[in-house]
Amino acid sequence: MTEARPRVAVVVFPGSNDDRDAALALEALGAEPVLHWHANSELPDVGAVVLPGGFSYGDYLRAGAIARFSPAMQAVANFAADGGYVLGICNGFQVLCEAGLLPGALRPNESLSFICDDVPLRVERAGVAFLTRCEAGQRLSIPIKHGEGCYFADDELLAELDEAGQTVLRYEENPNGSVDSIAGVVNASGNVMGLMPHPEHAVDPLIGSGSTDGALILEALVDRARERLFAAA
Amino acid sequence: MKATVLVRPKPGILDPQGKAVEDSLKHLGFRVDGARVGRVVDLEVEAADPEQARAEVERMCAELLANPLIESYEIELAEGT
Repeated sequence: MTEARPRVAVVVFPGSNDDRDAALALEALGAEPVLHWHANSELPDVGAVVLPGGFSYGDYLRAGAIARFSPAMQAVANFAADGGYVLGICNGFQVLCEAGLLPGALRPNESLSFICDDVPLRVERAGVAFLTRCEAGQRLSIPIKHGEGCYFADDELLAELDEAGQTVLRYEENPNGSVDSIAGVVNASGNVMGLMPHPEHAVDPLIGSGSTDGALILEALVDRARERLFAAA
Repeated sequence: MKATVLVRPKPGILDPQGKAVEDSLKHLGFRVDGARVGRVVDLEVEAADPEQARAEVERMCAELLANPLIESYEIELAEGT
């Protein structure tokens, strides 16, 4: 029996550039991706939303700061408030932080260099909706490519996030100056996750270093989308 | 009415741009001990009086111009405009 393909929206902002890669990866992993233009305030009936990487609105002012006001983001905020699963990758992570859907902020890399590299990550917590296909402590190899991926939360916020188990992914070797080597966080309810590494670039063994660890994260998202859309059926 | 907003990285926040500027200044032989790089936004605000203009710009800062987690801001209203 073939499993039904859940629809997953990939929001396209002016300046997004990983939207098609995300859509291809989602399709390869059993979803039906729907590219959703940022000016469209009506989100179609989808089981999950991906905010892709890129440089939305040219990263003017601060990365993600302008995208947050797009009509699509209002719909995404409502979708998240309703318990919908939202994954922000790289620029998508920056947008979610600026929109207040995730805690913290992303700043220019400590080195001021744009970094494009495969980096080892550690899964800090496996109970998270986006990491159900991983184990706690598991090492993942997923590429990063960003100039502003230095995660910041002040000491108080950081303690809160750790206490609540929201700091879910860490770099094994800090590439960009992120506080506490944080690579990815979830919101308090666990239905919104942001990460700087690009899981969509680590799905096909023919591409990049050959790691398919990114599929573990995206497939979990597809699982959640399937549950959300078809659970009642 | 003209208003200027100065946005700065908060103290303690890593400011690699400031560090690069500081290092370059030292390289040129200047004696500096610290540099921080922020942003200036010059605005032309429609408002009935300075109080209203200031309140309006405060809201702009809170909603868009600064990220309160990492940045502080200062508002200057031009006199006699």
